[in-house]
Amino acid sequence: MDLVTFWFILLAVLWTGYLVLEGFDFGVGMLVPVLGGTKRGPAPEAQEQEKKRRVLLTTIGPHWDGNEVWLLTAGGATFAAFPHWYATMFSGMYLALLLILVALIVRNMGFEYRYKRDSESWRTRWDAAIIFGSIAAPLLVGTGLTNLVYGMPMEEHMSGQTAYTEFTGNLFSLLNPVSLLGGITITVLCLVHGAHFVALKTEGAIRHEARALATKAGVAAAVLAVLLLLWLGIMHGSIWSWITTVLAAGALLAAIFFNLKDAEGKAFVGTSLTILFAVATYFLMLFPNAINGRGEDPALTLEAAASSPLTLKIMTGAALVFTPIMLIYTVWSYWVFRKRISTEHIATPVEVNA
Amino acid sequence: MDVLDLARWQFAITTVYHFFFVPITIGMSALVAWFHTRWLIKRNPEDMRLAKFFGKLFTINFALGLVTGIVQEFQFGMNWSSYSRFVGDIFGAPLAFEALLAFFLESTFLGLWIFGWGKLPEKLHVASIWLVHIGTVLSAYFILAANSFMQNPVGYRFNPETGRAEMADFIAVLTNKVQLVTFPHVITASYMVGGAFVMAIAFHKMRQAHRGQAATYDGVGGPDEVPMWRRSARLGAVVTLISALAVVITGDIQGKIMTEVQPMKMAAAEALYDTPPDGECAPFSVLTVAGLGGENPQHIIEIPCLLSYLGTGAWDGQVQGMVEIENEYRAKFADNELTQSDTYIPPIAMSYWNFRLMMGAGFLTAGIALLVLWFTRKKAEMPLQGWWKPLLVLAPISVVLGHSFGWIFTEIGRQPWVVFGEMTTAQGVSPSVGATDVWISMIVYTLLYGVLAVVEVKLFLDYIKKGAEPFEEPQLLEDDDKLAFSY
Repeated sequence: MDLVTFWFILLAVLWTGYLVLEGFDFGVGMLVPVLGGTKRGPAPEAQEQEKKRRVLLTTIGPHWDGNEVWLLTAGGATFAAFPHWYATMFSGMYLALLLILVALIVRNMGFEYRYKRDSESWRTRWDAAIIFGSIAAPLLVGTGLTNLVYGMPMEEHMSGQTAYTEFTGNLFSLLNPVSLLGGITITVLCLVHGAHFVALKTEGAIRHEARALATKAGVAAAVLAVLLLLWLGIMHGSIWSWITTVLAAGALLAAIFFNLKDAEGKAFVGTSLTILFAVATYFLMLFPNAINGRGEDPALTLEAAASSPLTLKIMTGAALVFTPIMLIYTVWSYWVFRKRISTEHIATPVEVNA
Repeated sequence: MDVLDLARWQFAITTVYHFFFVPITIGMSALVAWFHTRWLIKRNPEDMRLAKFFGKLFTINFALGLVTGIVQEFQFGMNWSSYSRFVGDIFGAPLAFEALLAFFLESTFLGLWIFGWGKLPEKLHVASIWLVHIGTVLSAYFILAANSFMQNPVGYRFNPETGRAEMADFIAVLTNKVQLVTFPHVITASYMVGGAFVMAIAFHKMRQAHRGQAATYDGVGGPDEVPMWRRSARLGAVVTLISALAVVITGDIQGKIMTEVQPMKMAAAEALYDTPPDGECAPFSVLTVAGLGGENPQHIIEIPCLLSYLGTGAWDGQVQGMVEIENEYRAKFADNELTQSDTYIPPIAMSYWNFRLMMGAGFLTAGIALLVLWFTRKKAEMPLQGWWKPLLVLAPISVVLGHSFGWIFTEIGRQPWVVFGEMTTAQGVSPSVGATDVWISMIVYTLLYGVLAVVEVKLFLDYIKKGAEPFEEPQLLEDDDKLAFSY
């Protein structure tokens, strides 16, 4: 296998890692008002809901930041391995990326600052930031990735004797029906995935509520995913992408089944595999392009987009050495925080006379 | 303003803002790790309290460094796509390395440190905060290597077939001579920031404790805390001073290397228009009034031959003036679209003043650190003078701004280049992004960053006011215990 293809596959791995990991913390963020309720104040019921919200956030507390690094690594790897891909995509999706950045910024600040002051209005505001960011980010990431497959309006330019593409559309050319469907599907999938994670990581009422919700949302995600992959498959499908499409659908159905059987671990693996096969489907529909052209527009090919053989070789060496190390300590950190959490574990905050 | 100016302004705003938090993160993570390690070794409850107290301030600050850093990773592609295409083959690699080696380390182990109380065995817990610190330093290494390539491109060749610069020698990129001096300059300047924060905050708390005003937690915060804060203030001052010395030494070497690789930048830093005649040395002006934009700047305080020494290491060294260098560059670079420019002289007043402000800001903080050491010496009385208040606010802020001045000087002084000698900044901007788009993003960033700054500073001050939590003997939790830390 040549290095260009290897790096294309590695990017698929990075996107899978990102969506599987941050996917569940997006889901948990969306579930804050659903499983954690929206009542606030000193009433016992509101206090109990606040504890539930804290349980939800604590399940992802040690992990969300590391999860997000997968996105930064995907971005950095795209820059290093496919500079034209990085340049065309990031400048072409300018305003959409701005919105993603805003969503991620306010959401991260929410996680980091919410607990730092004991005030209802403070927490209410940061919760709003967390919920907004957790919905907006996967919605936009999904829309963006789907645009790569559906095709972007582009024209050809030359750099030396290499033909690359430059984006010619605007924000609205990215907001087409199939790409929006892609965004919605990925968002709902994250919701299901997050509910599975909550069921796996908590105990008490919240665990059961998460399971019940996961089933309903799982059915919705299955319908959306089948629609989306059929739509894209008809345009860009190959025999391989149809196989992964079937596998993605199968994994999602298995996840719903296991969730109904109260097998939480298997259900979580199921939605993880769904994401893996969905990303594989997307990348198979892209290959051998980095970005498909919309309609008759030229595509940006991987060959044109790629870095020089030497850079790819250096990057390959680094990836082979350092990724396993990173995976070891990442897995270890999940192991350290493996215990289920319930509202019983949440200490009432110490009163501080600030 | 056209899209180029806008993109430059936006880059300046977002990068300078990001770099308020970066040196604090680098410097404070080391000091928090120090306190936590000292607790492990000496079992002095004060160290545990200090580790937690400064740890909270550290995480408040880390949050903003993190979120504004995400913008940086994306911004090259968003606003500087032509630049990204031209140098991505070289410039992308350190960014990918940074994410893979540094960001994962920082974020994973910070999660382990914050949530690890009562969960992790103590040695692993202490190791976690050190790994966070190592992550911040690694991150600095890679991003500075990338920047050093822009200052002094090495280890590459131009490939006419692909029309771009391509990697020839990655080790050369990572050991660029500009990088080898910039990295220790920035890291020691970051330790200076960490030291100055600990010094100023601890000195303030010491005064409060003496007056009995720091008592916010039951039974603690009174005069019995004075020795703890005094010791921390002195530690911060010592760190500040040792780092300041290293900053001066590395800065001196950097000046010489910069004179060699970018003589124009150092000539602009002195507003030196004409090369001094043979046999004469170049002076260094401390203060100039008017005339920076003309051919005859009026230096009112001037140190003879100092510029020759700063630039070359010899008091009679030859330093070129801007006019001569520009003539050389016109001959050399005018025939290529990527390198031609109306002028090769950077904005002189910006270069001149930022260079001086950088040094002045650093010396100011170092001076305050000396005062702190003197006023906290063994036999000294409690320093209750009113004039300490502004000095304590100034000490950390001044050195943080010193970083900003230094970066503004480095980047402005490189103009018109984005990659020195290879590509002008004007050629690097994204052609598919319009002025309206950049207006929108710039306004959004500015408003969002502004709001976050207000929230951050207020929270930071609140936590300083709260003081150090009372000591609690740490122990590993049982399954049914409440979590030692949760959101």
